[in-house]
Amino acid sequence: MLKIDNLELNYGVIRALKGITMEVNEGEIVTLIGANGAGKSSTLKAISGIEKIKSGSITFMEENLHRKSAQDIVKRGISHVPEGRRIFPGLTVLENLEMGAYLRKDKEGIRQDLKMVYERFPILEARSKQDAATLSGGEQQMLAMGRALMSRPKLLLLDEPSMGLAPILVREIFSIIKDIKKQGTTVLLVEQNARMALSIADRAYVMETGSIVLSGSGEELASSKDIQKAYLGG
Amino acid sequence: MVQFIQQLVNGLSIGSVFALVALGYTMVYGIIKLINFAHGDIYMLGAFIGYFSFKYIAGGYGGFILALVLAMGGCALIGMLIEKVAYKPLRNASRITALITAMGVSYFLEYVMVYFFGAERRTLTAPFENTVFHIGEITFTLSTMIIVVTTIILMLLLTYIVNCTKMGKAMRAVSTDPDAARLMGINVDHTISFTFALGSALAGAAGVLIGLHYNIVEPLMGMIPGLKAFIAAVFGGIGIIPGAMFGGLSIGVIQTFASGYISSLWQDAIVYGLLIIILVVKPAGLLGKNKKEKV
Repeated sequence: MLKIDNLELNYGVIRALKGITMEVNEGEIVTLIGANGAGKSSTLKAISGIEKIKSGSITFMEENLHRKSAQDIVKRGISHVPEGRRIFPGLTVLENLEMGAYLRKDKEGIRQDLKMVYERFPILEARSKQDAATLSGGEQQMLAMGRALMSRPKLLLLDEPSMGLAPILVREIFSIIKDIKKQGTTVLLVEQNARMALSIADRAYVMETGSIVLSGSGEELASSKDIQKAYLGG
Repeated sequence: MVQFIQQLVNGLSIGSVFALVALGYTMVYGIIKLINFAHGDIYMLGAFIGYFSFKYIAGGYGGFILALVLAMGGCALIGMLIEKVAYKPLRNASRITALITAMGVSYFLEYVMVYFFGAERRTLTAPFENTVFHIGEITFTLSTMIIVVTTIILMLLLTYIVNCTKMGKAMRAVSTDPDAARLMGINVDHTISFTFALGSALAGAAGVLIGLHYNIVEPLMGMIPGLKAFIAAVFGGIGIIPGAMFGGLSIGVIQTFASGYISSLWQDAIVYGLLIIILVVKPAGLLGKNKKEKV
């Protein structure tokens, strides 16, 4: 579904991605783990078109995304939940969700998806008229995910959904991610919480300073000695 | 008491013109964090469009509506053009660069108008007779009432656009987080362009209304009202739409009271002094929340 080939991305003189190659197949949860600054978020930003790439290619459903605007990429079915949630404060919860469906014209479909999002995240319905800035961290994460689902994506990019959340909420978010997959949306998940990420992932890639150093199935990596030492606390 | 109410009426009518101009300042600031110092000159262009429309096309109430539409449409286009030519290439430049450019655009508009139409004041032919009404001892002119009513209608319209339309919601989304807005598929450039169009249209309308009030247009007429509208925007809290409405009306009333009760020589000093006080006491403006700027 998504193929990344020898992707390079620079921030000025800093080489954030040094030629990474990976793929995501339809129906999978693929996770990208690694330390801070390894290039995980940069990879997602390159896919969704908000950072310009230096070289290499990103292909989605057989189509090269090179030079496509962020808008075109959303239209093609990729939705990105950025690190830190980035909900719109000052807009109500409902308005935030409507922004997720910004490019869609099918009123009926939007209404159904809104219902679906409310069923998945009942707290959002209860708070629909509230300023999104008043939500708690966990609620904001749910809003950010609900907002992304409103574009009815084929591929959902999630950047650190567990960041700053209490363990019970982390478990809830991860079980929601599994549900999202079950309902047919492919997920590319970036996480620092490697243990949780590997437990739900079909496949995983490990990144280190801009390169992919290891890949395999979620179980394989979870039981690998190197990974345990480096990311799972021994 | 009569004098008080009379001054209040006068202040609200001039204040509503400030408010219309202040809205453009505040919306543009909200979305690209630029103090668009050329905004007062858009108002001047609106006044000129009104002047030519009354003189060469039509007078009367229909002529007034026509002038309003032409000025709003014309200024919207000019505002979008300015944004595209002067500010868009500086989107990623430092804020001071864009600010200085805005001043350049301001002088450019003023002296292009001087070059083509001369620096002299022109008397605007009023489109209709400015009838005077009396309620008790208080005097209203027809133009005062038209200014206030038109302003109210435009503000309601703006509130509707910003709060209830898709474009308005996108505007608010872009002004809080442009990158997240791009992830939604919102075209940030179009949204900014739309914001300039909206703000400039309001300034254009304000230009026509002030023409009705003072019956004079000239190329440098935008400088002082532009500055006062900017103060009004800061007074209410720059970036906040109700703040600009409130700020504009307040500045109008304060200025009128200053000139009525103290001296007209003091009115500007008092308005500018107020800006200093606001910046010291409540830098975020009366309706603003103090928040730390993220670096």
